Amino acid sequence: MNDWIEIGALNDIPRRGARCVMTPQGKIAVFRTMEDQVFAIDDHCPHKGGPLSQGIVHGASVTCPLHNWVISLETGRALGADEGSVKTIAIKRDGERIFALLERAAMAAE
Amino acid sequence: MEAYEKKQKLVIIGNGMAPGRALEHLFELAPDAYDVTIFNAEPRVNYDRIMLSPVLSGEKEFEEIIIHGDGWYIKHGIMLYKGHKVVNIDRVAKTVTSDAGTTEPYDKLLIATGSLPFILPLPGKDLPGVLTYRDLDDVNAMLLAAQSRARAIVIGGGLLGLEAAAGLKSRDMDVTVLHVMPTLMERQLDPAAGYLLEKAVEARGIKVLTKASTKEIIGEKKVEGVLLADGTILPADLVVMAVGIRPSGSLAQEAGLECNRGIVTDSGMRTSDPDIFAIGECAEVGGQCYGLVAPLYEMARVVASQLAGNSEAAFVHSETPTKLKVTGINVFSVGDLGEGDDRQEIVLRDASAGVYKRLVLKDDRIIGTVLYGETSDGAWFHDLTKKRTDISEMRDTLIFGQSYQGGSPLDPMAAVAALPDDAEICGCNGICKGKITGAITGKGLTSLDDVRAHTKASASCGSCTGLVEQLLSLTLGDSYNPSAVTPMCSCTDLGHDDVRRLIKAKGLKSIPAVMQELEWKTSCGCAKCRPALNYYLVSDWPDEYADDYQSRFINERVHANIQKDGTYSVVPRMWGGMTSAKELRAIADVVDKFEIPAVKVTGGQRIDMLGIKKEDLPAVWADLGKAGFVSGQAYAKGLRTVKTCVGTDWCRFGTQDSTGLGIRIEKFMWGSWTPAKLKMAVSGCPRNCAEATCKDIGIICVDSGFEIHFAGAAGLDIKGTEVLGLVHTEDEALEHVVALAQMYREQGRYLERIYKWAKRVGLDEIRRQIMGDADKRKGYFDRFVFSQRFAQVDPWSERVSGVDKHEFQPMATIAYQQAAE
Repeated sequence: MNDWIEIGALNDIPRRGARCVMTPQGKIAVFRTMEDQVFAIDDHCPHKGGPLSQGIVHGASVTCPLHNWVISLETGRALGADEGSVKTIAIKRDGERIFALLERAAMAAE
Repeated sequence: MEAYEKKQKLVIIGNGMAPGRALEHLFELAPDAYDVTIFNAEPRVNYDRIMLSPVLSGEKEFEEIIIHGDGWYIKHGIMLYKGHKVVNIDRVAKTVTSDAGTTEPYDKLLIATGSLPFILPLPGKDLPGVLTYRDLDDVNAMLLAAQSRARAIVIGGGLLGLEAAAGLKSRDMDVTVLHVMPTLMERQLDPAAGYLLEKAVEARGIKVLTKASTKEIIGEKKVEGVLLADGTILPADLVVMAVGIRPSGSLAQEAGLECNRGIVTDSGMRTSDPDIFAIGECAEVGGQCYGLVAPLYEMARVVASQLAGNSEAAFVHSETPTKLKVTGINVFSVGDLGEGDDRQEIVLRDASAGVYKRLVLKDDRIIGTVLYGETSDGAWFHDLTKKRTDISEMRDTLIFGQSYQGGSPLDPMAAVAALPDDAEICGCNGICKGKITGAITGKGLTSLDDVRAHTKASASCGSCTGLVEQLLSLTLGDSYNPSAVTPMCSCTDLGHDDVRRLIKAKGLKSIPAVMQELEWKTSCGCAKCRPALNYYLVSDWPDEYADDYQSRFINERVHANIQKDGTYSVVPRMWGGMTSAKELRAIADVVDKFEIPAVKVTGGQRIDMLGIKKEDLPAVWADLGKAGFVSGQAYAKGLRTVKTCVGTDWCRFGTQDSTGLGIRIEKFMWGSWTPAKLKMAVSGCPRNCAEATCKDIGIICVDSGFEIHFAGAAGLDIKGTEVLGLVHTEDEALEHVVALAQMYREQGRYLERIYKWAKRVGLDEIRRQIMGDADKRKGYFDRFVFSQRFAQVDPWSERVSGVDKHEFQPMATIAYQQAAE
């Protein structure tokens, strides 16, 4: 079961930058491209777990700060010769407001 | 039957372009269905609001932009109340009442109240001389102000603001545009096109300030100026606010109609009251409000059909191209310009012609178009988008436009081969084709550098490099390999040296400027070229270039070193490796307070605290700052440490005050950015306890003075230093070291350590310039000193005081309960 949960506003994130959102399922990285597209992926590089939120954003990709893997923000897949992928989280926008589709699984634990 | 014959009463609130068009359709579909009454808050007939800009600039008269003259209203039997503002809608009695007290009953009501200019809630917004740009009254007020030929400030660098600015400029006002975003028209244009637009606007004598946030409009009785957030005061006699519009729906809201951003309608343009319709900028259909004329006319068509009895008529969303109506500046933008890896882009840049074209493709179809400079194919591209035409067949030539399709592709070599011998190739140096090909064959030249050395062609701005290379290929055949220059990255064919030379030669002062003028193949670069360009610009234009934070590697963005687990390490400066009980106590306290898991002494004679959580960094720095510590820049492609030995202060072998000199050099050079990291050392005698002979720059003190070393390495490569030369005083030592560092700063390729640079440039050349040429040395030294004026700011204390706060906190924390709800 998933819910749309408001996580912030567009202007909270710098263009070609990212912010983190802490969720019960772990840290997710929310990116804003030069063109104001917003993407969210797990903040965890498939290579060695580097914090992708800290990478340089170019086009709709991010370069991991640890070993320069390039990850597609749209599909979560590693680009180029590297293989691996990271979970993507659906995002929807209502004007400036940003919502993420987050799992409700946590509730079962309560 | 009688009900059909009796005319119904249609009342329209608003007399803009949308209701005007709706009536034209209605009179065609059902000429006798309605008696029409219009209330117009403006005291005039329907005119073409889009053409206000030409009226402002003087290219058109008001009479030329009237759509419906008085005769049209008479011919159709329309009762037009000019200058009547409707103040009340009574939905029970089905009447509307104007501010002049006129009440009219309706069977069907059409609300077309348009939009209101958005007024920034700034102090001084109500001063005389502050105008908006919306209707003819605004234009007349601006024209009146323009008669005094005074200074105007336009707030807003979008469509409306730029049109207002161009209009005022053509009325001889001194015009400045303030725009809060980094590039103009950022909602419609990508940054590359925005940059070109800014250049074109400035070329007309309009000043543009981007990232300019207005804080206050100042003045006693009337506008006297504008105060910006950074404290700048700009004098002004007229301020035009053109920051946007908002749908004007208050009348509808008071009448109890459902309103959101605008007046909510169904796809038939019907509001929550079945007898009331809304169209134009005030209407919100399918969750969207519109401001461009094409969808507004579509609404007019739909509402006319509905009023004529066709309940099937429905509004369908479509993308509308944006065009700027400023004579001589051609901009076209439509569709989805976002990036994604299911999308490709085709970019064409022609720097000399000022042309930029970008198509965004998805599944072999165009989904977005930006054209700058040459927009004649805009309609064609837009048409391909609307028809979802598969473009895979013409993909290679698509960007060249419609007229190019079907023709045979040009062979660029054939074009160069066909040039006559007296055709000029290098404009900077006046070198023609014959001279270049003559030199290649006559002198046996085989490379671009040879041609540059012998003929000077392509040795200045470099924009003819491609042509010269083609001449080399033509003349030498397969034996010429132009790929000898390694491109910076896959975004460009140019190598680092070409890019550095062109940044200086063309005076390029921003990353979008470099990408446009040097014809970058991607719109936003990559993680390889962006940090390099950022360094080159910081190095070449220290006073003018605004550092691009998002183009820096994370360590330089947060001023700490990222570790494998995502935590950070922090190294404060310990000048020359000297410390004190007070400093050590402060470090110990910080380690305890923040439970820092590891503390280590570095090879550069300072202390590294490892495993600090990113959120804690500002607080750690605040505590360190209180003890007098500044950032050690252990993360920087810049000056790291100056390692020293204890020298004459303590050592029985010491020949000079090596500690003092090391501290002096570090205090002089800290904060400077270099192509790659720069590590230094000063040893007090040839026993070399500071290990100066494997550093980027080292000094060995001797009895007769100071021996300057450079180009050592002790990393991936191990290499002893080379001797630059011997100087006799400490002052001379400092000047030579600084000049050498500056020469490297100006010539090094990004990430190229000093020993690699020295190998490329030649040790003798470096010695000649630094040791042998006092003028050159002084020049390098002075440029370094100038650049330090902007570089010596402690990044830690900046961040403690709130800079880049967003960087250190999560945007949101979603708790269990919240996720469960």
